[in-house]
Amino acid sequence: MGVFAALRNHARCFTQCTLDDEKERKMLQIEDLQVKLGDKEILKHIDLEIHPGETHILFGPNGSGKTSLLMTIMGYPQYRVTGGKILFKGKDITHMPVDERAQLGISMSYQRPPTIHGVKTRQMVQICAKGEVDVEALATKMNFSEFLERDINAGFSGGEIKRSELLQLMAQDADMLLFDEPESGVDLENISLIGNTISKLLQRDFMVKSEKTQKERRKERTKMGLIITHTGFILDYVTADKGQVLYEGVLVCTTSPREIFRTISEVGYEECVRCVS
Amino acid sequence: MRELDKKALQAKEKNAKLGPDIDLESYDSEPVPHDYVEDLGSLSEAEKKRMILAGVDAEEKDRSGTYIQKDTAVLHAGSKEEGLEVIPIKQALREHEWIKDYYWKLVSVDTDKYTARAQLDLHDGYVIRALPGSKIIYPVQACLYLEKEGLSQNVHNIIIAEEGSELHVITGCATAAHLRQGLHVGISEFYIKKNAKLSFTMIHHWAEEMMVRPRSVGRVEEGGLFLNNYICMRPVKSLQMYPTTHLVGKGAVARFYNLLVGSPGSEMDVGGRIFLKETDTRAEIVSRAITNGGNIIARGDLIGEVPGVKAHLECRGLILNGGSIHAIPELKGEVDGVEMSHEAAVGKIAQEEILYLMSRGLSEDEATSTIVRGFLSVDIPGLPPQLKAEIDRAVEQSDKDVM
Ligand SMILES: Nc1ncnc2c1ncn2[C@@H]1O[C@H](COP(=O)(O)OP(=O)(O)OP(=O)(O)O)[C@@H](O)[C@H]1O
Ligand SMILES: [Mg+2]
Repeated sequence: MGVFAALRNHARCFTQCTLDDEKERKMLQIEDLQVKLGDKEILKHIDLEIHPGETHILFGPNGSGKTSLLMTIMGYPQYRVTGGKILFKGKDITHMPVDERAQLGISMSYQRPPTIHGVKTRQMVQICAKGEVDVEALATKMNFSEFLERDINAGFSGGEIKRSELLQLMAQDADMLLFDEPESGVDLENISLIGNTISKLLQRDFMVKSEKTQKERRKERTKMGLIITHTGFILDYVTADKGQVLYEGVLVCTTSPREIFRTISEVGYEECVRCVS
Repeated sequence: MRELDKKALQAKEKNAKLGPDIDLESYDSEPVPHDYVEDLGSLSEAEKKRMILAGVDAEEKDRSGTYIQKDTAVLHAGSKEEGLEVIPIKQALREHEWIKDYYWKLVSVDTDKYTARAQLDLHDGYVIRALPGSKIIYPVQACLYLEKEGLSQNVHNIIIAEEGSELHVITGCATAAHLRQGLHVGISEFYIKKNAKLSFTMIHHWAEEMMVRPRSVGRVEEGGLFLNNYICMRPVKSLQMYPTTHLVGKGAVARFYNLLVGSPGSEMDVGGRIFLKETDTRAEIVSRAITNGGNIIARGDLIGEVPGVKAHLECRGLILNGGSIHAIPELKGEVDGVEMSHEAAVGKIAQEEILYLMSRGLSEDEATSTIVRGFLSVDIPGLPPQLKAEIDRAVEQSDKDVM
């Protein structure tokens, strides 16, 4: 190999590697995280990495701490971090206020968002988008146009809340998306809408006529997702890289989401008990 | 008139049932002369600015008529539309026999020392009347402006929506920027006749040492609608009012909306009382009170006297930064078959709501202000867009002050 060719090779590797490094630096990294809610220890020594482009599914029985983990990542102060740290995009965000995390690129779809009287859904979408946004177009996509003039979450049904939350996340377009049971309580007609929208938000939708190959698109994927599910329905729409099981505040298992779901479906969380002890 | 004077004299020392007592002698009541203004454009810029805050537009754009009183004198009174009359009340008392059928016919002249004073020492006030069947789409604007330090401004207003008419009135009360002390005594009588519709929006914009004692009563006949909006978001030393409305005709409807912001040092005691005296009448009182240091009493009283009536009272209070809110909702059903309810809630802004908005990217202050603005933005069905815009503007303004 001539000198020039070697140099060229080196240069290519150099740019490629820095690009990958650059991308890697944007990951979410949780190290030995311990969290208390009141006096109760609800998250115990959690280690979790979500790399750019990755989506993880979070399983766990009721009360195991799933919502708590998401709220802690989002920065809700009642979830008191007593040990460990959370890094995002290279920054230590362990004690960063919620709004700064949002600005850094973290967003969340809530299980039980609060009603705010006098604040319209339309206004929420505008807030999420920081101004310029075609609210109507987004709402049409989410089958939610008739709710725009209603106070946010006021009297929304379970399924309507999910669509409202997704509509807001679409407008927010963050890099890290946390979903707390996005499909629970959603009727069959809307479940594919929700599933496909999440897939798209996480850059996991399949584009038939795309110029790029699916492989190339996968490589360029940057969005990170963490999705809580009980039903597993979401797996029919969103391809996910990893599954996690949270049991009594401990992350006990990391493997393929399909495999976890199958185990839980067949023997329940009993199997997890064996791993905790 | 003799009779009225006699009754008033007897009530001269009569304290009001509610609110701190005011020593009337400590206020000047001598007339303050001001020239009549033909062209509203010739008002001073400072005056225009203060009036705009209270919803009065000197250009009369999208307005059907105007009444402006400064201190004790009428600056301007006129109607731009057929079927609408805007007359100073003293002139009406001199020139029109019919006014006697309305003057002190709803409010009793001997209610308390304030009503007595408005009879014994009347400065002026407006009579606004929509003739039968007239639909006056654009609002009439009225402004009671106080400039003279230490003055007691005593006014009497009468609004008549004749049969089948539609009328919208916005009244602003404002003070000159420099004014500190004063007393405003305002009598208002509202007549909503058969199938008529009246919306009355009052925006108060007082000074920190102002004492304010409005006394108002309305009467709604069959099929009539009375929307009564009261907005006071600026400091005032003491405000006490308990406007009352009688629904006397089948299917009559009254809705009261009160928006109050209490600043440090302000005492507000604001209520609303509606008597449902005929079947199918409907009443609603909605009040929103925010305090960041002031003391607010929000009262509401609904009285169902016959079966087949519906009434609802809603009172929400938000304590932002000290101060107190006392919600006193009352319901009285006097017979079987009334449907009456109330809800009241007083508290601070829920942390959960602030965090929710922060997770959508707003700072804590922006989130708080969004919630405050939302809290004050009640939907008022039937209000013309110009008035909705005025209310929104007042809310916007107060939000800046509160934050
Ligand atoms: N305000 C609170 N005070 C005390 N304990 C709380 C509070 N909120 C939640 N918890 C407890 O913390 C634990 C974790 O709750 P979390 O909401 O994270 O569970 P989850 O895994 O999301 O459950 P689910 O599947 O039912 O949504 C539960 O035992 C719950 O009861
Ligand atoms: Mg949960």
